[in-house]
Amino acid sequence: MLKINGKECDYAGKTISEILELEHYEKLKVAVECNQEIIPKAQYDFVHVQDKDQLEIVSFVGGG
Amino acid sequence: MIPTKDEFYQALAQRHGADLQKKFSQASVAVCGLGGLGSHIAILLARAGIGRLYLLDFDRVDLSNLNRQQYFVDQIGMYKTDALSQIIHRIAPYCEIHTETVKLTEKNIPELLKQESVICEAFDDPKEKAMLVNTILTQFPEKYLVCASGMAGISSANTIRTRKIMPHFYLCGDQTSELTDGEGLFASRVAVCAAHQAHVILRIIAGLQDV
Repeated sequence: MLKINGKECDYAGKTISEILELEHYEKLKVAVECNQEIIPKAQYDFVHVQDKDQLEIVSFVGGG
Repeated sequence: MIPTKDEFYQALAQRHGADLQKKFSQASVAVCGLGGLGSHIAILLARAGIGRLYLLDFDRVDLSNLNRQQYFVDQIGMYKTDALSQIIHRIAPYCEIHTETVKLTEKNIPELLKQESVICEAFDDPKEKAMLVNTILTQFPEKYLVCASGMAGISSANTIRTRKIMPHFYLCGDQTSELTDGEGLFASRVAVCAAHQAHVILRIIAGLQDV
């Protein structure tokens, strides 16, 4: 199982773009790190997550 | 009579301890966005005796800002960079202030921020927040980055907290309270978030990198 924001998920093999869509995140409002490394936006379509990966999707909301 | 630089330093060293004050006075922090978050953060850091502040914003002070930002009525129409420099100069006259009146973009961020080691994100637009964070984390992973997300509305202030997402990347806020038509921004709750950001920055400079 891989973890997204601490929660176990069944998404092994999927790309970051696919996961963002499945989890209803807006690509332009997030930063994604996998195992403590940031994933550049240009690689969202190409990076496939693996079993045991720890993914953190930081989603920004408006206000400041 | 304005106290001398040394009198200022001694007064702060007495309260914060000499070791910490030395670190604060030698530190530099870049504050990106000078609205409800950034205007508070910069003032808090100046009061702590941070030696140099680099203030970046493209906008001017507007009447609609006064419910939560640190500006004065007679500053309406001024660039926020100039207005905030004026305010900080009255609080901490020996704080070295650099300003850049510019809208930060993916293109100009590397050039504008390459010298900075501690960067604070204080924008209001979520896409701009994500743009800055992605640009810094991909191009300058060695820099410290302190961001905010989720401080709108009148919910409890207790839900605002600081998280360490990566070794050099901190996030303050409740991560959910979004600015919408029905959920405005309140000075008190925005200031709680700004204080979290300023405090984690002081801790980073102090060498205390846990949250």
